[in-house]
Amino acid sequence: MPELSTLLAQVFTGLVLGMIYVLLAIGLSLIFGLMTVVNFAHGALYMLGAYFGVFLLGYTRNFWVALIVAPLMVGALGLLIERFLIRRLYGRSPDDPLLLTFGLSLILIEGVKVFWGKIGLTLDPPRALAGAVDLGFMTFPAYRLFLVAVIVAVLIALYFFLGRTNIGLIIRAGSRDPLMVRALGIDLGRVWLVVFGLGTALAGLAGILAGPMRGAYAEMGVTMVIESFVVIVVGGMGSLLGAVVAGLLIGQVVGLTTLFVPKLAEIMVFMVMAVVLLVRPSGLFGEAGLLE
Amino acid sequence: MDRRSFLATTAAGAAALSFPAILRAQSKDPIRIGFPLPLTGPFGALAADQQVGATLAMDELNAKGGVLGRKVEVLFRDDQLKPAVGAQRTKELIENDKVQFIVGGLAAHVQMAINEQTKKAKVLFISVSQSDEISAKPDTSPLTFHEALNPTITSRAVGTWIAQNLGKRWWIIYADYAWGKQNNAVLTETLAKQGGTLLGSTPYPLGSAEFSAHLPKIQAAKPEVLVSMTPGADNIAFLKQVVQAGMKKQMKIAQPLVWLPQLKEGGGDLYGDVYGGTSFYWELEDTNPSAKRYVETYRKKHSAPPGDYGAYAFSGVMEIARGCELAKSTDSEAVADALRKNPVYDHYKGKQWWRACDNKSFQDLWICRGREPGKVKGEWGFVDIVAKIPANEELDRTCKEKGHA
Repeated sequence: MPELSTLLAQVFTGLVLGMIYVLLAIGLSLIFGLMTVVNFAHGALYMLGAYFGVFLLGYTRNFWVALIVAPLMVGALGLLIERFLIRRLYGRSPDDPLLLTFGLSLILIEGVKVFWGKIGLTLDPPRALAGAVDLGFMTFPAYRLFLVAVIVAVLIALYFFLGRTNIGLIIRAGSRDPLMVRALGIDLGRVWLVVFGLGTALAGLAGILAGPMRGAYAEMGVTMVIESFVVIVVGGMGSLLGAVVAGLLIGQVVGLTTLFVPKLAEIMVFMVMAVVLLVRPSGLFGEAGLLE
Repeated sequence: MDRRSFLATTAAGAAALSFPAILRAQSKDPIRIGFPLPLTGPFGALAADQQVGATLAMDELNAKGGVLGRKVEVLFRDDQLKPAVGAQRTKELIENDKVQFIVGGLAAHVQMAINEQTKKAKVLFISVSQSDEISAKPDTSPLTFHEALNPTITSRAVGTWIAQNLGKRWWIIYADYAWGKQNNAVLTETLAKQGGTLLGSTPYPLGSAEFSAHLPKIQAAKPEVLVSMTPGADNIAFLKQVVQAGMKKQMKIAQPLVWLPQLKEGGGDLYGDVYGGTSFYWELEDTNPSAKRYVETYRKKHSAPPGDYGAYAFSGVMEIARGCELAKSTDSEAVADALRKNPVYDHYKGKQWWRACDNKSFQDLWICRGREPGKVKGEWGFVDIVAKIPANEELDRTCKEKGHA
C-alpha cells in the first residue's frame, strides 16, 4: 500500500487531470449536443489553437493576448467551415459531416507541416506560471492550477450563456425541436453558425492551453480526439454536465490505475467506457436516440 | 548477293553493331536503392533527416562518377510508420521499381516488416534504425545488415555511465512497446551489475501526451536518477510535465537517446541538464575529422545541421556503394560477402566495422548533457558532449546469445 500522502497526491493529480479532460472534450460535446454533428476536426482545430498561439506569441510576446486571440482565430475558421462546408450536409446522415470533418483534419495536419515544418514548435507557459507550487503533500505545477481556474470560468460562462440568456434559450430550443423554432420565425442557420464557432473556439482554447504542458506539434490532436471521445461517450453524447462528470471520473480512473497497475491505465479507461455503455447505452447523462 | 544473304548479313551486322550498345546501355542503368521511411506520421522530422542524409550520399557518389561507372538512384517511399505499408512499399520497390538494394526503415516494428520482404526476395537490406531483433535469429539473415545502434548497446553503454556518474538509485519510465521494453530490460540488468537499486519501473502507452499521473509516485520514491524512454513527441510532453512539477531540482533526468528535432522543439528550458546518449551530434565536427567533413557537406545544402538518423542513412547508402565497388558487382550475395570480408569503414564519425557473424555495425557513441537556456549555442547547439563510449563488441550480446551458431 502506498503511503497516505502519495495517495492524496495521486487523487489530487487525477482531479486536475480530470478537469483537463473536461477542457479537451467540452467543444466537441457542445457541437454534438446542440447540432448532432460529430466534429472529427476537433483535434486538428485544437492543434491549430496551439500553432496560432505560438504565432501570436512571436508577434506580441504576450501570452495573455495570444490566449484570447488564438481561440478567436480558430473560432473564425470554425465559422467558415460551418458556413461553407457543414451547412450543405444538414438533414443528411450523421456520417456525412463526420467524414467531411475527418478529411478536413487530415488536410489541416498536413497543411500545418507544409507551412510550419515537421518539427514541433516551442510553446512555454508564462514565466509566472512556469514553476511548481508546494502544496504541503506534494509539489504541483502552477500552470495546471491555473488551467483549473480557466476551466471553471469557462464552464460557468457556458452555463450562464446557454441557461440564462435569450440566445442560449434559442440554441437549446433549436436543438430540441428545430421545426418548431423555425416556425416561430427564427433563422436557425445563424444559431448553428454561432454554436459551431463557439465549439471550435473552445477546441482552440484547449489547444493553446495544452501546448505549454504537452507540446505543440502537428499530430497533437490525434491523442486528444480519443481522450475527448471517451469523455463524451461516457458522459453521454451531448451532455455538458455528463462531460464534466465523465472527465473527472476518468481522471480518477487514470490516476489510481497508474498508481497501482500502470500497465492497465489505458485499458481501464476503455473498460469503464464499456461498462458504462453496457449499463447505460446512451452514457451517464445522455439522451437516448440522438444518433439514430 | 541474293536477297536472303543480303538480309542475313545486314541483320548480323546490325546486331554486331547494336549489341555493344545494348550492353553499354545495360551497364549504364543506374544502381537503384529503395528507401522506405515514415515521411508522414509522428516520426516525420526524423524521416526528413534520413531522406536528406541518403540524398547527400547519392549526390556525393554521383559527383564522383557513380559506382562501377553507373549512376546511383535512391527511391524514397512513405511507409507511414505502419508495418503493413512498409512491407507493401518494399515489395513494390523490389518487384516494380527493380531496386537492387534496400536501405531504410525507422522504428523497430516497421524494419521487421521490411526485412521479411527483403529476405523473401534475397535482396540486401541495410537497416538504419534501432532494433535488437534485426541482427538476431530468427529474424535476421545473411543479407540483413544493421548500421544503427541497438537498445542493448545503447542502454548498456549509457546505463553504465549514468550509474557511475549520476547515481545508482533509479526510477525508469518507458513506452510500452518493443524499443521501450528492450531498453528497460537492458537498463535494469545494467543497474544490477553496477550494484544499484531500481526503485520502480513504469510502462506507459506509446503516444501519450499525459504523464502527470505517473509523477507523484516517482516524486515520493525520491530516486537520484529518473531514466526515461519516451520517444518522439512523448519526450516533449514528458519533460514539460516533469519540469513543471519541479522534479528537475529533485533528481537527474537521463535517457538512452536524445534526438535533434526534439532538442530543437524543447530547447534549453526542457533539455537543460538532461543527460542522454547519441550516435551522432553535429558539434563533433570540432574534434572529429570525419564528422567535420560530413557536417560541412550537409550544411552546404541545408540550413540545419544533420541529426543522428540522417547520418545512419548516409552511411547505409555509402556502404552499399562500397560493397558494390569491392565486389565489382551489384549481386546482393556478392556485396554482402565483400562487406564481411572488408568490414572496416568510416563515412561520418570515425572507424566502424561489421561483425562477420551477425552483420552488426560497431561504432562509437557519446553521452551528452543539455545546455541550460542561456548557454544554447546559436539555433542548434543544444548539448555538450561529456563522454565518448568507444565502439566495443562486448557492449552487444554475443553472436551465440543472438542465436548465431
